[in-house]
Formats: sequence, structure tokens, C-alpha cells
Amino acid sequence: MALVDKIGQSLTGAPLVLTNVDALIDWSRGQSLWAMPMGTACCAMELIAASFSKFDFDRLGSFPRPDPRHTDVMIVAGTITRKMAPAVKRLWEQMPEPKYCIAMGNCAVSGGIFYYDTYSVVRGVDEIIPVDVYLSGCPPRPEALQDAVLQLRELIRSRSIAQGREYDRVYTLPLPGGERAGTTDPGRAEAADVLAGRRPKTGGDE
Amino acid sequence: MNIDELREHLCATYPDLCPLFSIEFGDGVLIVDRGRYWSAAKDLRDLGFDRLGMITAVDGIDDFEIVARLTAREIGAHIFLKTHVPRDEPAIETLTDLWPAADWQEREVYDMFGISFRGHPDMRRILLPDDWVGHPLRKDYRDERIIRRPDYI
Ligand code: SF4
Repeated sequence: MALVDKIGQSLTGAPLVLTNVDALIDWSRGQSLWAMPMGTACCAMELIAASFSKFDFDRLGSFPRPDPRHTDVMIVAGTITRKMAPAVKRLWEQMPEPKYCIAMGNCAVSGGIFYYDTYSVVRGVDEIIPVDVYLSGCPPRPEALQDAVLQLRELIRSRSIAQGREYDRVYTLPLPGGERAGTTDPGRAEAADVLAGRRPKTGGDE
Repeated sequence: MNIDELREHLCATYPDLCPLFSIEFGDGVLIVDRGRYWSAAKDLRDLGFDRLGMITAVDGIDDFEIVARLTAREIGAHIFLKTHVPRDEPAIETLTDLWPAADWQEREVYDMFGISFRGHPDMRRILLPDDWVGHPLRKDYRDERIIRRPDYI
């Protein structure tokens, strides 16, 4: 559903735009994605750089706001440890609906370099909160984060305010849908099995 | 006091340790047994070792080794004070009464190795959550959540 259905002239001669409420709301939601900067490790440096003058996220309406109650999108930038995980979840729960999450960097996507042989790191922030956009890189550049925000905007526009309705959208990058790409990783499958008790433990130095 | 005087003094105080003790290039190693750990630390502090750089531990399978790095800023000397702690009774005196900086360092050693420090004002975990089970830097630590890295080569 396009935002602008028709541009014409009203009877009085003033310019006229016809659209519908759904498209207008989706459009406006996407325009001011205030960000909750959940920067926990090195990726946060890129997140910080993104909001300063060189990359200037403000012009996309994405503005860091260190208060979960004022924000729309949580940008998880960095490694999430098991000790940090409850705090991330709690901040996420404090954000008002509608809310979105960008997992920035390999650590937030899957645990990254801490995937193997680590006792303290959560393997991907999607183990604790739902993620809308996955952004790989170690760390991703600010341009990539900018692209992720634009992708999220597309995603928001594709969702109707009516429950369960989605519009067709063409994404320039494929977004994971349903089963995520990482699920085919034997290591991740093994982790899921161990956690569910389907497989014997294989930890530490054997 | 300069480095030569310091060496002489330490060799006089710990004659049995003198062969073990070297302070070439201003760095020394002093290995004492568990009972003398605190008193050796106090001697060193009184000799001018006014800065505690770090305290850590090494898991040597049979026992743990405690390593404290001390600096005498006036003399320009560093020293590693080491001692061994048995595995079945992992406890040692605290150094917090000599150098307050030992506080968090000893809590970290407790967190990672499970060695408790007698007389420490606040002996609990510092990095891991309070309800964590086990001490991860011990060689015999087991955790079912760890995924082993596959052999690629
Ligand atoms: S993905 Fe790389 S840069 Fe980002 S937090 Fe992890 S280790 Fe740091």
C-alpha cells in the first residue's frame, strides 16, 4: 500500500493528497524511530559514531534516547553476557509498544566470537528478546546500521495496524523469516539439543 | 634504599628463599609458603612496596598459586609475591588490611577460582551473578552450556 494514492487538486485549487489511515500511521511510525542504545561492547563505538555529525542519524529521525519509555527501537550493540541478559530483557519490557529490535554485530546476532568455549555469553540476543533486523559485522560500520534502520522502516511499513495483515514489500536485503539462517548451524542445533536435554553434556575440557 | 640494599635485606630476612629470589632488572619473585604469606606481604610493605598492582591465581591442577604483584615506587622495584594454596582447602589470608586495593582483586580471584580470603570485608562474587554455580577458571570446571569448538584442522 503506497502512502500516496493520488495527488490531485481539490475543488478550491489547493493541492490534495489521498491516502488511508493505515498507510499514514505506518509511514509516521517509521519516520521517528527513537533508539534505545543498548551498547554493551565494542560495537557501541560504531553506534556512538553513527549519532555524531559525520553520519548524523538525526536526519533519519533516529535519535538515541537513554530512557526505554521514550524509545521505539532497541539497538543491541555488543556482547550480551548472562549477567547482562536480565537487564536487557527488563529494559525491553519497559519500552512501549510498538517496539522493534535491531541486533547489531555478530555478538548480538549469534554470540559472534564468543559462540564457542565460553561460559558467560548469551548466544544471540534473540534468545531473550524478539529481533526484527539482524545486522552482521564485527563491528558493522555506521553506514550498515543506517541501512538497518532503513530496512526496519520498510518492515514497519509492511505491517498493517490491523492484526495479522502484511503488505508486500521488496527488501533490498533478505530478512530472516520464520526459521532463521543460524538454525542450520550444527553448533546451534547442538546447543538447542543440550539445552532441551536431548543430548549429553559436552562442556569444558574433556 | 636502592635495589642492591633491598636484595641484601630480603636475603637476610628469607635466607632459605635467597636462591629463589632474583631482582635483576628491578623485578623479583618471592615464593613463600602459605603460613608466611601475610607476614611477608607486611614486611614488603614496610620496606617501601606501597603499591599493589594485582592479585591473581594460577590453577596448577595439584594446587593453586596466588600471585600478587607489588611495586616500590621510590626504589623502582617490582616483586611477584607467590604462594601455594592446596586444592582441598582453598583459603588464604587477605591483604586488604595492608593495601585496600586488594579488595576487588581478591573478590575476582574468589569468583574465578573459588579461593576465599580470610578476613576480607566483603567476600562475594564480583563479575558473575551471585547465583552462579562453580568457578569458571578452574581446570575442572564443567558447564553444559559451553559448546566446544569443532576441530577444523
Ligand atoms: S560483534 Fe565484534 S565489534 Fe561487535 S561487540 Fe562483538 S566482538 Fe565487539
